[in-house]
Amino acid sequence: MTRARFALVMAWRETRGARRSLLLLVGAVAIGVAALVAIRGFAASVRASVQSQARSVLGADLVAGSARPFSTAAETLLSSLTVGSRGAQVARVTSFAAMTHAEGKPDARLAQVLALEPGYPFYGDVTTEPPGAWSRLAPGDALADEALLVTLDARIGDTLAIGAARLRIRAAVRNFPGDIGVRTSFGPRVFVPFATAQATGLLGVGSRARYEAFFRLPEPVDLARLVERHRPALAVERVSLRTLAEDQRRINDNMGRLGRYLGLVGLVALLLGGIGVASAVHALVRRRLETIAVLRCLGASSRQVTAVYLFQALGLGLLGSVLGAVLGSALQALLPYLFRDFIPADFRAQVSWTAIASGLLTGAYAAALFALGPLLGVRRIPPLRALRRDVEPLPSPPRERGLAALALGAGVLSMASLEGGGVLVGAAFTAGIGTALLLLWLAASTLRAMLRRALSPRLSYPWRQGLANLHRPANQTLAIALTLGFGAFLLATVLVLQHNLLRELRVPDGPRPNLALFDVQPDQLEGVVRAVRSTGAEPGEAVPIVPMRIHSLKGVPTSQKLAQSAAGARQPTPPWLMRREFRSSYRADKGAGEEIVAGSWWTPGAPSARETEVSLEADVAKDLGVTVGDEIVWDVQGVLLPSRVTSLRRVEWARFQPGFFAVFPKGPLDQAPQTFVILFRLAEAGDRARLIRSMVERFPNVSALDLAEVQRTVESLLSRLEWAVRVLAMFSVAAGCLVLLGALAASRFERLREAVLLKTLGATRRQVARVVLAEYAALGALAGSTGVLLAAGAGWAIVRFLFRSAFTLPVLPLLLFAAGVMTLTAALGAAGSREVFRRTSLELLRNE
Amino acid sequence: MILCEKLGQTYLSGGRELPVLQDINFTLAAGGFLAIVGPSGSGKSTLLGLLAGLDRPRSGRVVIDGQDLGALDEDARARLRGEKVGFVFQSFQLIPTLTAKENVQVPLELRGQGGEARAEELLARVGLQDRAGHYPAQLSGGEQQRVALARAFSSRPRLLFADEPTGNLDAATGATVIDLMVELNRESGATLVLVTHDPELAQRARRVIRLQGGRVVSDATAAVS
Repeated sequence: MTRARFALVMAWRETRGARRSLLLLVGAVAIGVAALVAIRGFAASVRASVQSQARSVLGADLVAGSARPFSTAAETLLSSLTVGSRGAQVARVTSFAAMTHAEGKPDARLAQVLALEPGYPFYGDVTTEPPGAWSRLAPGDALADEALLVTLDARIGDTLAIGAARLRIRAAVRNFPGDIGVRTSFGPRVFVPFATAQATGLLGVGSRARYEAFFRLPEPVDLARLVERHRPALAVERVSLRTLAEDQRRINDNMGRLGRYLGLVGLVALLLGGIGVASAVHALVRRRLETIAVLRCLGASSRQVTAVYLFQALGLGLLGSVLGAVLGSALQALLPYLFRDFIPADFRAQVSWTAIASGLLTGAYAAALFALGPLLGVRRIPPLRALRRDVEPLPSPPRERGLAALALGAGVLSMASLEGGGVLVGAAFTAGIGTALLLLWLAASTLRAMLRRALSPRLSYPWRQGLANLHRPANQTLAIALTLGFGAFLLATVLVLQHNLLRELRVPDGPRPNLALFDVQPDQLEGVVRAVRSTGAEPGEAVPIVPMRIHSLKGVPTSQKLAQSAAGARQPTPPWLMRREFRSSYRADKGAGEEIVAGSWWTPGAPSARETEVSLEADVAKDLGVTVGDEIVWDVQGVLLPSRVTSLRRVEWARFQPGFFAVFPKGPLDQAPQTFVILFRLAEAGDRARLIRSMVERFPNVSALDLAEVQRTVESLLSRLEWAVRVLAMFSVAAGCLVLLGALAASRFERLREAVLLKTLGATRRQVARVVLAEYAALGALAGSTGVLLAAGAGWAIVRFLFRSAFTLPVLPLLLFAAGVMTLTAALGAAGSREVFRRTSLELLRNE
Repeated sequence: MILCEKLGQTYLSGGRELPVLQDINFTLAAGGFLAIVGPSGSGKSTLLGLLAGLDRPRSGRVVIDGQDLGALDEDARARLRGEKVGFVFQSFQLIPTLTAKENVQVPLELRGQGGEARAEELLARVGLQDRAGHYPAQLSGGEQQRVALARAFSSRPRLLFADEPTGNLDAATGATVIDLMVELNRESGATLVLVTHDPELAQRARRVIRLQGGRVVSDATAAVS
């Protein structure tokens, strides 16, 4: 038998007497690994699905798109794309938003209209009900998303009105390749033949349409080179190109971000599990003091003894990892359900062996990492303990403890960097966790010190005794406060964030507008306002919207910048921003909820200079690379308008009110081509539906949006996201409970001994129970309140700096949460001590 | 075999150093049988711990088989114990998670040997061949101490330390255990150091060192029987 084998054999034998508490270790690792495997496997499945279906997501090999009809020059360039590719096909699609209604039905709804040429999409199958309708789409026909037909109460065969066009509904579209669930809830689609777009009469001045050409290039073409060659010239014509590879990369990036975020959430569960490992190993070492001392007496080196328990922790960690991998793979089937609105509909879950393998490795690694600290103590157990019970292990020297802490920190950093996709994210994560633990440690130490100095003698006996237990030798105050407080902190942070994000989006019952009419033409304004007034509602001021583009920035034309950037030159300003249409407004006063962060708002009636003033939203100004004093020349439907930035604003986007990147003073834009938005409140849903319907008939180009409905959609999506977050948080809760149980097990012997002594000295079971309850209620109160306070701080920082939004504290939910933590701790503490109440003193003494 | 020179030990108590052993000097030849006696708190167990290298002395030195324990680090001392020393404790100190046989095997396994046959032989020698698969909790006190004896002799130690081996046993069982121990010791020819407060037990030793207040008050060698 070799010496290593001795350690292995001993490690196995040593599990015999402690299987119950070692089960905690296995469970703690299993929960963490389950979270990681489920999340990694899910992310891998999504990636694989995207990979295999990327073509159908795009529907083509190459897409050219523009916000205005292709110019003659653009057309020439586009036709040259197919030169040299035999069998190449092109399908054009024009898409725009329009009000739709079924004739003879009361409801009208804003929909996305896609007017398409035959062939589109080139890849992927469209499923319709009745089947086969897609390829038979003929002039005068329309296909619609099922959701739209439901809202309009329309049936197959009914007549659908879009602007001036009247179309027969031939089928409902069940599944469109590459669809993501959320998409249809926000903008249900109508598919019509290409020529129908003009027949609606809605593509006039001020309309917002997107013009696209989809290319199928079956011959092996070097797409990247083709795109590279044509991009600069097309950019000048404001046409952008998207390829399959780019699309795939974008989706992968987005999915990667989601995966990494979820991965960090999973890592939190694993770290909590790690704390469970640490406390289980610590408890085990405490229970094995005699055994270790005897082994040392019999000639075992400290390395041999440490190896015994390290092998044990590793083995159990691996066992936990295997269980976790099995559990995680099963749970992976649940995640697509939770995230179904955010992933492509054709998603197929599959077992990911990489996820399982990496989960196993991470689990064993974390188990070893967290076992290391408590195992260092093994070397400090004097063999003399075998002779004398009162000999206690020596504390590890500070250098050793420092090294252990360093190893742990480095381990967490490495795992977080892998999971978060970068050292920076990993470092921020590690630093955040480190700070939270440090603060928890400070709070627990302070409480302990305070109790030691000043425990009021006026307290009743059980309270005095229970609280004193928190600072007596061999107490578990720090371990429990750290683990439980950390768990409470994570969960409460989720609570605070939910509260703040939902509050932003929830429309209070107050007099906020709940109906928006937009695309109102100047000559329709009077009529629309009159129609609104006739329902008894008071329309707010009509907000003008003037579409414009940037012509030049600080003297450099954007066309020049775009061409350079398309040719590969690095540009500080993102190309999409230079290409995009700015829907700007003009007004005398600063909008509600806006804050000037630089420069100053114009004074009404000030003499107008040669160039106009403009106020930019702060973030867009940053992206454009301009600040107060810089010059921007705008292209307002062909007319150039020079301007100078005089102020930067911070806008609260989440409010249901129009926000603008660029706002001008009244005057210069009064005569520009423009449309108006009118917001107002109409309490009754029925009144809203009737008004929308009458609007559609009289002003077909005016779009109406029922904000209450949007609100409901947003809330249902958010509640599903909340659910997803909660399910993941449950992993942390489960790990936290195990940690608590582990900490209780660690101090079990001390508590039993004390309880027996108390009972022997005449304490009733009731009194003993109250001592235990007092101790754990105090621990729970400490953990709950520090956790909640930390969460308030973290939540404030995240809301303020990450979401850039106003922060409010959900006081009552947090108080309830802290009370819950306290109750749970006291309950678990009492449950863990029930042995003390059940058995007689003598039984327990004999077992000692 | 054992050389003990000007040995002294102190313990910290309430921030003050409390002397528990002062100026202990003796030598013990190989094959000797020494009993260390004295009232509770006289420093017997402390002395035993120092002789076995379980603790470092405050002053003086212990030399075992020509090896100065003071020159060895913690692990080297453990290796020395593994090679040369056997232990019998007052509270038996069997490892609760191991069966009787596995307990006896431990010293051999630590040296990288299997020792199954040796363990069975020794268990038979102490009359527990039928209890080999039992855990300590399933054995009586006397049986546990016999297993401990088997463990102490399993690695054929040159030196055996016994700390109040009968302290937790009734008189009759204690006598059996002592008989067995003395017999095994005679067979193996090991040096035996026994700590006890039982004068009757001490009489069986060839040499008795009496401690009081941490000092040697008498050192008597009995006539060879």
